Amino acid sequence: MKQLLAFIRKEFYHVFRDRRTLLILFGMPIVQIILFGFALNSEVKNIGIAVLDNAHDVQSEQIIAKIQSSSYFQIKDAVLNYKDIEKRFKEGEIKCAILFPANFGSDIYKTGGAQIQVIADASDPNTATVVTNYLNMIISNYQQELNPNAKLSYQIIPEVRQLYNEEQNGSLNFIPGVIALIFMIVSTALTSVAVVREKELGTMEILLVSPFKPIMVLIAKAVPYLVLSLIDFIIILLLSVFLLNVEIRGNLILIFAESILFIITCLSLGLLISNLTSSQQTAMLVSMMGMMLPTVFFTGFMFPLENMPKIFQWISYIVPSKYYYAIIKGVMLKGLGFSYVWKETLVLAGMAMGLLFIALKNFKIRLS
Amino acid sequence: MKVLRFILQKEFRQIFRDKTILAMMLVVPIMQLIILPLAANFEVKNINIAYVDHDHSSYSQKLRNKIASSGYFNMVGSPDSYKKGLEMIEYGTADLVLEIPSGFERNLVREGSQKVNLSVDAINGTKASLGGASLVSVLADFNRNLDINIKLPDGSAFEPPAKISVESTNWYNPKAEYKFYMVPGILVLLLTIIGGFITALNIVREKEIGTIEQINVTPIKKWQFILGKLIPFCIVGMIVFTVGFTVMYLIYGIFPKGSLLVLYLFAAVYLIALLGLGLLISTFADTQLQAMFIAFFFMMIFMLMSGFFTSIDSMPDWARTISSFTPVTHFIKVVRLIVLKGSGFADIKNEFGYLVMFAVVLNGFAIWNYRKTS
Repeated sequence: MKQLLAFIRKEFYHVFRDRRTLLILFGMPIVQIILFGFALNSEVKNIGIAVLDNAHDVQSEQIIAKIQSSSYFQIKDAVLNYKDIEKRFKEGEIKCAILFPANFGSDIYKTGGAQIQVIADASDPNTATVVTNYLNMIISNYQQELNPNAKLSYQIIPEVRQLYNEEQNGSLNFIPGVIALIFMIVSTALTSVAVVREKELGTMEILLVSPFKPIMVLIAKAVPYLVLSLIDFIIILLLSVFLLNVEIRGNLILIFAESILFIITCLSLGLLISNLTSSQQTAMLVSMMGMMLPTVFFTGFMFPLENMPKIFQWISYIVPSKYYYAIIKGVMLKGLGFSYVWKETLVLAGMAMGLLFIALKNFKIRLS
Repeated sequence: MKVLRFILQKEFRQIFRDKTILAMMLVVPIMQLIILPLAANFEVKNINIAYVDHDHSSYSQKLRNKIASSGYFNMVGSPDSYKKGLEMIEYGTADLVLEIPSGFERNLVREGSQKVNLSVDAINGTKASLGGASLVSVLADFNRNLDINIKLPDGSAFEPPAKISVESTNWYNPKAEYKFYMVPGILVLLLTIIGGFITALNIVREKEIGTIEQINVTPIKKWQFILGKLIPFCIVGMIVFTVGFTVMYLIYGIFPKGSLLVLYLFAAVYLIALLGLGLLISTFADTQLQAMFIAFFFMMIFMLMSGFFTSIDSMPDWARTISSFTPVTHFIKVVRLIVLKGSGFADIKNEFGYLVMFAVVLNGFAIWNYRKTS
């Protein structure tokens, strides 16, 4: 036991000596939470719009005023002709344009009605759809105002309840994703590199000839990264609660237990990679390309899984972070109990056991 | 000049000798270009809805059919209580629960209005807001149909006195396909990885192995060493860009609408800027692990802030400022403009100024910070 403690202390020295990596380890979750929480949102607002008003009458100006006062749009200076619109699109200044024909106001009350043309820049398809919908809404509201007597007599009014996220915080989805990503970086990438580094430098040999059990060498290697992961985890939780005002609904003990289970899975993966590779560069490449990218792609926090081709959806079933993401999303954000996530937990536990077994079995105590 | 030629020869040999790095430079980008557009599809479709019907009337049945056939929703079940509907949200099988109270049809006919409860799983913001909005528009449509059916039984259309119709057109991407948006962005990602990551790793590796000492004691000048590192990666970067470009055309059928020359000009300046960044990172890092992490850290911020995934317009002011100080932002904008809209040099000359500025500042800082003696 005393021996193990001494070894763990040695590993901590290694970790703390590399200040720059340490800084990034703690800086990364903080920056990610701030960016995702405040800077990135999928809402559409401040969209640049060009107005070509050939009518210049009361009605067209009323509609323009309505567009101006909504937070969705930002009217760029008036354009004079059709050609001008194209130029603005090409400069990337505007995302949509609205065109009023001459005699717009008087056409409204004629038989055919008046027509407004809306052009959206569909090179960004989602924004184009949303923008067209908003403009349609503004115009149809205006039309309702012009027809006060033609109010609908039958109305089904939806009362919308936003579950789990009353404040409509657009960033909740990503918090469990960021946690999974950080665990992957710390427990898988760093651990694998740390072990391979000793191999490369030759100090592994010294450890292996010591009377200390080889398995214990690995355990001692893993402990500091487990601790670092947990510190990062606590930082993320604190930031989410105090900076983003996210309410943690589930049982904290359950959240921690599930997280430790996932960290063990990541550590086993890291050890496995370190057994199979012999240079730091390869270890880094394998853990970054082979482990991090699938975590980003196939977990479902960045890209919606249901839109992917079937084969990617199958691949996603072997990515451990997918299960962890589902568990944490359920427990932390929805406040579900263990009975809702036992299946995912079981899969994750199975993966952890399997990976740990393979990693230990492949651990060579002789140098080739 | 002769010295530079020898250094270049050495660098190219080194690049071609290391098969892992070579694979990382050529194969990984192509994989990304093929996989990413398939995976990164942000279209929202198949919103799963659970329909709790307490009324069991012909109207509630009609509404159910209307929602199911609207094309926005995927009817996943009709649980008989709200509690069961909520359970479906908890398990993640449903995104929305619409609850029709009993007396729905009676109240609608007698009083003209009736409230229904819509509960949305708001954790996924995009899905929640789009799903909610689509359902509201389906309901509005349903209202209108009821109105026409009931008020004018002869089937004549209901005509308001003032009519405005909207004709909307989608430019540049008439079918609104997501790949047109993603693929040019990924092309930028490729150049960014080559410029930022690989250069930094390459130089730090020389530091770690100790060969940089050997170069430092020779009469090779600082600028010769740095040019010797920049030129090969610049060439490799342009090759990768061309390969990516060909893949884009062959697989996705996207060919730039604008001038190829302008595109390559921007790509070259951007690459030089990014190489400067890689160089700068390498002057700060002592080990490959550190270089990797520092590069990863900055790349992550750059990619997230660049408008690659989310619109820059919707960011708060401080974030927009950060975004305009990252080279990736400008290059992504430029590539999308040239490839999709066919913008010419005159349209985007401001962006060119930005990129040149980045190239000068980053390289200048890197050269200033590079020390031959430690």
